Amino acid sequence: MTRADAVARAADAVPARGLVIACNGMIGRELYAHGDAPSRFYMIGSMGLAASIGLGLALARPSRIVVVFDGDGNLLMNLGALATIAAAGPANFYHVVFDNGAHGSTGDQRTVSDRVPLDRVAGAAGYRSAVRASDERELDRALNALFSTPGPSLLLVEVDRGNQPGIGRVEPSPRELTARFRRAAASR
Amino acid sequence: MGPQVFLDLLEQHGFNFFTGVPCSLFAGVTRILDADPRYGYVGAVREDSALGIAAGAYLGGRQPVVFMQNSGLGVSVNALVSLNQIYDIPALVVTSWRGRGGADAPEHLVMGAIMEDFLRVLQMPFATLVPSTMNADVAALTRLMRETGKPVALVVGKGLLE
Repeated sequence: MTRADAVARAADAVPARGLVIACNGMIGRELYAHGDAPSRFYMIGSMGLAASIGLGLALARPSRIVVVFDGDGNLLMNLGALATIAAAGPANFYHVVFDNGAHGSTGDQRTVSDRVPLDRVAGAAGYRSAVRASDERELDRALNALFSTPGPSLLLVEVDRGNQPGIGRVEPSPRELTARFRRAAASR
Repeated sequence: MGPQVFLDLLEQHGFNFFTGVPCSLFAGVTRILDADPRYGYVGAVREDSALGIAAGAYLGGRQPVVFMQNSGLGVSVNALVSLNQIYDIPALVVTSWRGRGGADAPEHLVMGAIMEDFLRVLQMPFATLVPSTMNADVAALTRLMRETGKPVALVVGKGLLE
């Protein structure tokens, strides 16, 4: 399945009051293109930090569901964050990793995720659950179950390489994204 | 002054989320943070990850402090410039000053020598911790951090928070 399709399915499955942190690169842009909301925070730099940001948010707002949209390259760049998340164990933390085995934003150079299964890494680190979906049917089934069980949970989605042609960039400025997200996170 | 006085001062200025990576120069602070669950201290694996965790806490309404050794400032450059500074995500970075004055282990000497220049290049307002001016310095840094929405640094030398 294409990554854009997987991102759209995952976005539509996030519960109404969920807060989403999207990693930098194409994943955030695909989420934005699918549908924007103040409760979605798109990173444009600081690759590798989406999971850490999600952890801090989940700890600060334990009553809200926090969903990190991550990539394999992004997760690998700060893999140690998996250990911090597992150790902290926030029940409201959900980690969706779109895994194409490549750095999609820089020209599909390969990562190591085809040889190092990141769902098993998360499970070994101590996530409460870590599952893999390799087609649309498995993804929809996993998404149905994901948010009704306590985290930290990881859902790895196998997606095709390649980018959607002509996809736009995130339009609000970084500081606008911060301000509106803080308001969305503060609302009851 | 001691580590508890210092932590109390940070709380008086509204800091209510604590994360970081340890350094011997503020080991006394980390000891308290680790021992008292009230602080909810998150020990991070890397300093840039700690800045990310703090950024998430800020997005969730908290006012974070990030503790790190100055070697970790090097690790943190991209987070500081491409997360905190462009997104207006503030944090108080409490950083040790290993290598100050050239008297330290070899791995700390270069960073110790360029420490102040490095913070200036990063456009991080900073103060160096001195017990007699600590109250005023933390107050001024906190005000600046809130007004600008940018990260600021408090530099901790030897013999203060161990």
